[in-house]
Amino acid sequence: MADEALFLLLHNEMVSGVYKSAEQGEVENGRCITKLENMGFRVGQGLIERFTKDTARFKDELDIMKFICKDFWTTVFKKQIDNLRTNHQGIYVLQDNKFRLLTQMSAGKQYLEHASKYLAFTCGLIRGGLSNLGIKSIVTAEVSSMLCVKFQVMIQKL
Amino acid sequence: MSRQSNRGTESKKMSSELFTLTYGALVTQLCKDYENDEDVNKQLDKMGYNIGVRLIEDFLARSNVGRCHDFRETADVIAKVAFKMYLGITPSITNWSPAGDEFSLILENNPLVDFVELPDNHSSLIYSNLLCGVLRGALEMVQMAVEAKFVQDTLKGDSVTEIRMRFIRRIEDNLPAGEE
Repeated sequence: MADEALFLLLHNEMVSGVYKSAEQGEVENGRCITKLENMGFRVGQGLIERFTKDTARFKDELDIMKFICKDFWTTVFKKQIDNLRTNHQGIYVLQDNKFRLLTQMSAGKQYLEHASKYLAFTCGLIRGGLSNLGIKSIVTAEVSSMLCVKFQVMIQKL
Repeated sequence: MSRQSNRGTESKKMSSELFTLTYGALVTQLCKDYENDEDVNKQLDKMGYNIGVRLIEDFLARSNVGRCHDFRETADVIAKVAFKMYLGITPSITNWSPAGDEFSLILENNPLVDFVELPDNHSSLIYSNLLCGVLRGALEMVQMAVEAKFVQDTLKGDSVTEIRMRFIRRIEDNLPAGEE
């Protein structure tokens, strides 16, 4: 049983750790995002395996996405995704109006450019989870105003 | 603006797997980034320290624990309140030194290593070293300089995990000149 505060602090340290080591080696921003994303991917893979152990088989893609928005999100972030939209052609937009990993940051526009650092891990988390459910995807995130995050999932058809 | 308005008192326990797996991913990444295990250990300790100096605030705010009068009391609070609160375990306290400045925390099961096996080529990696950093950082914020290190580890074949804590000194407040 780990307390939430511990996870939030660990996540912060991971982000700053990755960026600090990049400063010394002069690696570009993209590399750091990839690293964080990859860590999230591994965690997502592991988590989804445990969560879905006792659930019924999923009907379809949408059913899986709903699971991610409800059960998965609730376990990880203590709330559900606020809005799920899809164009029914493999693009899903998951909107979280109060994204947990950004709640420690100032709500103004000032730090908006830094927000992406704190989203990469979660993008990986979603991608890893989906990947273990047999869906290959690309996940990106955008913040328009602080705390409100849209994760876009593009399903890659095999 | 950055304050959270409603933290609520609802249970903040989350699936321990998230933390365990995230920590695992972090250690794996560090092992890729650094060439030798000593550097990884050092980095984990540093990250732990940074977590500790912040975590103590959360701890004091939520635990209602008052001032500790001696190191024994501190040990009790660490084991019975802090470990319980954040990791859901209660380590036992043993091996007090005669002078009362050293003790051991015995962790029967360490949640950080739930799904972990150390590969042979990482024999000097101290996997859970983050914990030592957390303890050191947190205690430093309450004016105690301590040394924390792993002396036994189930990952390395020992039957229990043991963290040895040593009290070094009380940190006196160094107020900037001109301030009371």
